[in-house]
Amino acid sequence: MVTEAMTSAIEFRAVSRIFGDVRAVDDVSFAIEPGEFFAMLGPSGSGKTSCLRLVAGFDAPDAGQVLLDGADVSSVPPYDRNVNTVFQDYALFPHMTVLENVAYGPRVKGVARGERETRAREMLDLVQLAPMGERRPAQLSGGQRQRVALARALINRPKVLLLDEPLGALDLKLREEMQIELKGLQKKLGITFVYVTHDQGEALSMADRVAVFNKGKIEQLAAPRELYSRPRTEFVARFVGSANVAPAALASTLGAAQAFAVRGENLTVHAADAGVPANALAAPGTVVAVQYHGAVTRWQVQLDGGEIWSAQVAEGREPAGLAMGSRVLLSWPRDSAVALTA
Amino acid sequence: MTLRAASTFLYRRPAWYLALLLVPPLLWFGTVYLGSLFTLLWQSFYRIDDFTAQIVREPTLETYKLLVTQPANVDIVLRTLTMAVAVTIACALIALPIATYMARYARGRMKALFYVGVMLPMWTSYLVKVYAWRQLLAKEGIVAWAAGKLGLAGVLDAALAAPGIGGPSLSTSYLGMFLVFTYMWLPFMILPMAAALERVPGSLLQASADLGARPAQTFRNVVLPLAVPGIAAGSVFTFSLTLGDYVIPNVVGAPGYFIGMMVYVQQGTAGNIPLAAAFSVVPIVLIAVYLAIAKRFGAFDAL
Repeated sequence: MVTEAMTSAIEFRAVSRIFGDVRAVDDVSFAIEPGEFFAMLGPSGSGKTSCLRLVAGFDAPDAGQVLLDGADVSSVPPYDRNVNTVFQDYALFPHMTVLENVAYGPRVKGVARGERETRAREMLDLVQLAPMGERRPAQLSGGQRQRVALARALINRPKVLLLDEPLGALDLKLREEMQIELKGLQKKLGITFVYVTHDQGEALSMADRVAVFNKGKIEQLAAPRELYSRPRTEFVARFVGSANVAPAALASTLGAAQAFAVRGENLTVHAADAGVPANALAAPGTVVAVQYHGAVTRWQVQLDGGEIWSAQVAEGREPAGLAMGSRVLLSWPRDSAVALTA
Repeated sequence: MTLRAASTFLYRRPAWYLALLLVPPLLWFGTVYLGSLFTLLWQSFYRIDDFTAQIVREPTLETYKLLVTQPANVDIVLRTLTMAVAVTIACALIALPIATYMARYARGRMKALFYVGVMLPMWTSYLVKVYAWRQLLAKEGIVAWAAGKLGLAGVLDAALAAPGIGGPSLSTSYLGMFLVFTYMWLPFMILPMAAALERVPGSLLQASADLGARPAQTFRNVVLPLAVPGIAAGSVFTFSLTLGDYVIPNVVGAPGYFIGMMVYVQQGTAGNIPLAAAFSVVPIVLIAVYLAIAKRFGAFDAL
């Protein structure tokens, strides 16, 4: 038996999934390491959920291979994969109690009632829902249902846990609590998590690595810090960093060789007649909106090229004598601009 | 102006608004449907005087005693009940795959086609269909002819030779009557069943498979329990329609009486309204018992 130093938990090899004219997943290749917290980030329709369905086995690729633990599972049905899913709508069985829901995995695998109920109670303990076992899902709050779905998916001790926008239906405060809890649970259990989300904050704060999806392809796969500070494409710069982008045409008028991105915190707003600071680039424009956000104020400036950029000005450092409609100059240090490939 | 004032008045007083909306239809429903039903049922507590053949209007259980002690009456009830159960089971078995396809797999035009196709037979006259079936099932009818051509005459003869359900031909046997009943009430089973299955989110089936359930297990543990309210609703239709029908047993099948025929005969030629009323109570009681059993087995837990 040949053993590699480390077999990937999940590997996509040139995978495509096509619906009619739409290439939902377009020749995608990547690998996820065991124990990794991996996020798939992108807007709706970008292919991230299609990829998740391919891992779970709800769908089969039209081309390429999906490997779990080194074995090609492209045509293996979901019930024969050691992978479990937390669904976006939780998908709890309404006719079963919470305990029966959690014990469902062992039940269909033929585990005796006594043992599976003991295990289900352990799982409910793990998600702090021990007293809720006899209730029906309809009697629980959204956050509690979320935990039941988590317990139910973890009871089979899967090697990989798939989470499809699991916190999407929760309110902000609960979502932040659950983010911390999920991350802690993943560390404790050492299971590979694949986390699908359209919320870049969620992806950046929880994941070890993030794959940014756009139009069925991965635009960039990197650690959160790198993704934020060194976006490679215009799409990533806008979607992940909410950065200000100078497309190629605008960039050339500003003396740059290729398209680039600048984050709002690196921009300074000057009066139109101010000089350009040393080692900085600058662009003229008109203030179209000033939004107060507490710690920062966002100045929306329409550049003469048409692009609207947003400068973040720290509290107490607002430029004097400028307001909506003022002609201004935006400047940024040369080394704060990140070159983009597309 | 007054209309506007009235609107404002009602908008501020939702209870009045509701009352205005509900009282007329409730009066109609209460009087015409329930009122007349209870008036009829009440007559089952009267009895017929054996000598004068007049209705004696004094509350008594004599008529019910007649119903449950006379072997001929008990036979009629059992015969009808057996037929209703058999028809319901047959309809459920045929409807399940069709309803599953309609609810889970058919999309767009195909789905519309199926729904229209299931309802289309209900748009034609019931009597036409029953008499057509008598022709189809007759000794010289197309079913017997096709069985002969296909070399299945022996199978047909064997079925007709079966004790209790057989007869000289399909159109004069309980077997034939069962076929016609099943044909007639099948849409009433398919539609509620499809509606129940439509409401089962696809993610529940995925979740079941995800947790390791094979398709047969998913069907047994998830689909069937969630479809049961639909099956129960459909079976109440097929069950009660069979229990109350008097046309089909008159036109097709063996000469034995069914509850519906008995009601018809007793209230008509025999003039025994109390016994007719008592027979009308039987299906109501049977369905109530059936629903109680279904509830006991958790048929409505998923509602």
